[in-house]
Amino acid sequence: MSMEYSHDGAGDPAKLLADELAGKFPDARGRFGPFGGRYIPETLIAAFENLEAAVKQHLHAPDFQAELAAELKSWVGRPTALTHAPKLSKAWGAEVWLKREDLAHTGAHKINNALGQALLAKRLGVTRIVAETGAGQHGVATAAACARVGLPCTVYMGSVDMERQAPNVGRMKLLGATVVPVTTGDQTLRAAIDEAFRDWVSNPDDTFYIIGSAVGPHPFPYLVRELQAVIGKEARAQIQERTGKLPDAIIACVGGGSNAIGLFHPFIGDASVEIIGIEAGGTGNGLGQNAATLATGRPGVLHGAYSLLLQDKDGQIQETHSVSAGLDYPGVGPEHSLLLWAGRVRYEAATDDESLEALQECCRLEGILPAIESAHAFAGAKRWAQKNPGKRVLIGLSGRGDKDMPTLQRTILADTNKQP
Amino acid sequence: MRPTERISAAISEARDRTAIVAFITAGYPSREKFREHLTQIGNAADVVEIGVPFSDPMADGMTIQRSSREALAQGFTLRWLLGELAAMQRPKAPLVLMSYLNPLMAYGYAALAADAAKAGVCGFIVPDLPYDEGEEFRTALEAQGLGVIQMVTPVTRPERMAKLCAASQGFVYAVTMTGVTGKNASVPGEVTRYLETVSAAAKLPVCAGFGIRTREQVEQLKGHVAGVIVGSALVEVLESGKDPAEFLNSLRPR
Repeated sequence: MSMEYSHDGAGDPAKLLADELAGKFPDARGRFGPFGGRYIPETLIAAFENLEAAVKQHLHAPDFQAELAAELKSWVGRPTALTHAPKLSKAWGAEVWLKREDLAHTGAHKINNALGQALLAKRLGVTRIVAETGAGQHGVATAAACARVGLPCTVYMGSVDMERQAPNVGRMKLLGATVVPVTTGDQTLRAAIDEAFRDWVSNPDDTFYIIGSAVGPHPFPYLVRELQAVIGKEARAQIQERTGKLPDAIIACVGGGSNAIGLFHPFIGDASVEIIGIEAGGTGNGLGQNAATLATGRPGVLHGAYSLLLQDKDGQIQETHSVSAGLDYPGVGPEHSLLLWAGRVRYEAATDDESLEALQECCRLEGILPAIESAHAFAGAKRWAQKNPGKRVLIGLSGRGDKDMPTLQRTILADTNKQP
Repeated sequence: MRPTERISAAISEARDRTAIVAFITAGYPSREKFREHLTQIGNAADVVEIGVPFSDPMADGMTIQRSSREALAQGFTLRWLLGELAAMQRPKAPLVLMSYLNPLMAYGYAALAADAAKAGVCGFIVPDLPYDEGEEFRTALEAQGLGVIQMVTPVTRPERMAKLCAASQGFVYAVTMTGVTGKNASVPGEVTRYLETVSAAAKLPVCAGFGIRTREQVEQLKGHVAGVIVGSALVEVLESGKDPAEFLNSLRPR
């Protein structure tokens, strides 16, 4: 896909990168360079001021960090494994390593963030939690974390997603959450976020919105990054321990971009490490056929932040397509937009078909069923490996694919199902 | 008179009959009926707030979500709206555009300010642009004598309330409850006390919005605010094909 966008007013890429490396972002106004900020209704201003103060007070405080670390260890099951993938390595020609977020409790990286925010919400003294979910992974993680900390939880989920991720709907209900179908808008992740915001606008005093990705108004993108950076910190230490070196490349899938920013952030200062984000290429390059926001989007404001967006020339947000519900989103976290403009991360797209093919390879060769979201990173890694024989690549395996069985039955299993 | 001053004057002129700021979704129920509806409503109301449909109206309830989506499906664009306004015989009531930020950003602030001024627009309400992020937009509007109407809410802290009231242009939009538009709100004592707080902080006239549907509500608010904003209820009247002017007149205290 072509990368046509204007850098007008974005500032010098080298300066943006230097500021990012120096930890200057988000700045006092919640900006990552030109991106981010806080574009919210007046009703939510006080709630966000409270949230920002709570993040400042608690997130890096020793007692909060100790509580979080203990729960991550004994309840989530961290650190997650770093797995060498010898057969994929042989098939693709580069040395492949997998950071196994699929082994985290509830089956994906989402739990790192949901748990951290639920613990923060508890300290804020709120009485209810709302969340949105696309693939259902964030909904399940939030439902589980709320059960663990003892807060009631309402999850908004697009009706289209409820159908394609049916197993997760039942899991959320078992975990005690109320699942509310969203039948407005495009009935997917974006409409679910709209609806979760509407709930919060209606109940700003007693409610905490646990957002599921590194998107939204400041301080959400920062908070989510900090909670997900555990992925990259562990992976960086693990691969050096196992191989004595840093990888040549790290690759993760990008929807809103929480698992990607979590893996990438601790590696940004490692100049020798190539960093690649893989977006949903869907069925093609046309508007509405994919969710490749960074590859084809233009800057604008959606869900409270200024970032790249899939929009038409009149500023209306475009409907997206991806076989993966978790990547089916027309926006992206503001820090990814910064990393693109600063030239530190390369963003590419993998199509539905490429991703499903890579998913099958991972299943057959390594005995691991990745989520369709994560399979996009495998498709990108395969491409990279074929161009970089003998080099070492670390893939963020963000979640497991059990939840995708309805989609997989309809697609790659459709032929085998016909056999007697 | 600057365009923003026309808004304040129109509301103040209503005096004790309580001004009505009437909201319509541009291009809904149909683009063909837009001029006719605007004329009818503009003759019955004191100010007309024209909603610019957006694909993701995060602060709006079902009625305005539905009307926005339908208008977009029928091909609404901001360019079309400004073209219609510039070409038509506009009503006496000053016009205000309500829009989420992204369509305004996509248009370009300088071009938008110029075209809006030519189209007779006097001010903007932008629900997802808090004062703190709005400097660039306000500067572009000021060059044309246009301004931003700031919203305040029951959860706005006192020092911020003072800042927003001072910064607002045209009138101060007092959201009567937390929540999205379109619900049916009664007017409890705490709301009238809150509105009096806003009126005390504001030099400009204060108008109350979110959930105004009946004459009883307008009567309860009388004396506490200079005007009321009627949104979802009016959109529903247009949807059902009834006479919008008749509905607006029915809201006025007898």
